[in-house]
Amino acid sequence: MNWTWFHRLASPPHIYGIAGTLTPWFAWPAGMLIVTALYAGLVLAPPDYQQGEGFRIIYVHAPSAWLSVMVYGVMATAAAVGLIWRMKVAHAVAASCAGIGAWFTVVSLITGMLWGKPMWGTYWVWDPRLTAQLILLFLFFGYMGLRAGIDDLGRADRASAVLAIIGVINIPIIRYSVEWWNSIHQAPSVMKMDRPSMPMDMLLPLLMMLLGFTLYFAAVLLVRLRAEILRRERSAGWLKEALR
Amino acid sequence: MSAPTLIVATTLPRVGVLAACAQVLRRDLRLAVRRPTQLIQPLAFFAVVTLLFPLGYTPELGKLRAIAPGVLWVAALLASMLTLDSLFREDATDGTLEQFVVSGQPLVALLAAKTLAHWLLTGLPLTLMAPILGIALGVPTAAMPGILFALGLGSITLSLIGAMGAGLTLGVRRGGVLLSLLTLPLAVPVLVFGARATELAIAGDSLTGPLYLLGALAVLGVTLAPLAAAAAVRIGLE
Amino acid sequence: MSEFLAMDGYAMFLWPAYAVTLLALVANIVIARRAHAAARLEARRRLAIEEEESQQS
Repeated sequence: MNWTWFHRLASPPHIYGIAGTLTPWFAWPAGMLIVTALYAGLVLAPPDYQQGEGFRIIYVHAPSAWLSVMVYGVMATAAAVGLIWRMKVAHAVAASCAGIGAWFTVVSLITGMLWGKPMWGTYWVWDPRLTAQLILLFLFFGYMGLRAGIDDLGRADRASAVLAIIGVINIPIIRYSVEWWNSIHQAPSVMKMDRPSMPMDMLLPLLMMLLGFTLYFAAVLLVRLRAEILRRERSAGWLKEALR
Repeated sequence: MSAPTLIVATTLPRVGVLAACAQVLRRDLRLAVRRPTQLIQPLAFFAVVTLLFPLGYTPELGKLRAIAPGVLWVAALLASMLTLDSLFREDATDGTLEQFVVSGQPLVALLAAKTLAHWLLTGLPLTLMAPILGIALGVPTAAMPGILFALGLGSITLSLIGAMGAGLTLGVRRGGVLLSLLTLPLAVPVLVFGARATELAIAGDSLTGPLYLLGALAVLGVTLAPLAAAAAVRIGLE
Repeated sequence: MSEFLAMDGYAMFLWPAYAVTLLALVANIVIARRAHAAARLEARRRLAIEEEESQQS
């Protein structure tokens, strides 16, 4: 099969241009969704009969946690594509993901801790979900550390791609082992907030937040991607036009 | 005197894969034996770290027994990481790794041989030492075989994970700390299953469940880790 | 309004959580835009240097 259309599509100048055009198309809907979901979650949704007003933390905790895991997945996928098909743009995508992912992993941990304190008395519980998030944070740090430690950009791209792929294979194993560990020691799994059993007026703001955060990630990724593409382009005629 | 260089690349007739691996293994073992102080260091570290816990916590053997699984495994994990940094670095500096790459032998196999050498020199001795240190933590003698099995299996996986990390950090200056940061999260499943196995052994219960899980991790490691390590080394040598 | 802000006693936990999230959302936008601006500047500089070099040669 002729893949030239694919490679042409993924050429840096092409992607640079598309990224620029697409950004507002993600950014504005993201903003509107998040603001609407904020209002719906804080004001419109009724208080939970068990957790009262405190459950509303889920509207920032769950999207952050979702983002952290999804971003790692995108990062690893892009890294794999870059490694297998040797596409600079794919490596640029992976590089752009890391910082965003780490940020929201931290947010998910902090919001998780702030949820835990009023609900279960302590700021930290070795719940499998929180523990897995903590390990994920170290996976992100490892990725960023490896990138920072290798001077040559191409080698950094490829080495960190191998690491990302190793990480993504390990994440299910780590998740399983942490849940197993937790169940063995009979610690209650406290972070559950069963989504299907949530009534719609509680669930809808959550879904809107999740979608809003995802679109937000796409927008921010596109901006960072443009920066990464510029960093990777040496002497290229299209640069002059693009920078005008 | 410089390290003996391999002659796999120039020997005629072509050396078979297994023979090449055996050469690599023998070379690493011979080199390590020439520096006995370096051999002892991870063992000494293992001992020191383990023995710090009674001093830092309590001399009561009953209480120590409760934390023994965690202490033994974390100490073993940290000790085995000490020697990981030099797994590939010296060979990269003196050009031996490049010889591996151009030798025509599968790099995966040669690196697997090096990892086996690392396990024989670090993981296995640590495993054999663990029951002795366990005594200091109040571990009953009946638990010793279980601990040997668990650490034996787990240390194989740890060496394999370490090989991946060592390959990735080849190009990084002062990569030792980064190596630990990369390796430790990946080692969490081994730690979890291994510590549980040790806990069951101490309690006198059957530890087949966690042992099977440790075995599964080892199999997964043996099949996948050398591939990743080879990819990483190739990238690191560019 | 103050009832809303008090959030039935959970305010001490809820609002910091929302604040941290908002901080992350804003920070990532700022970081991304700054990175792009810096990259553009750097690329312009590189182009200028290359043009100078090719003119001199």
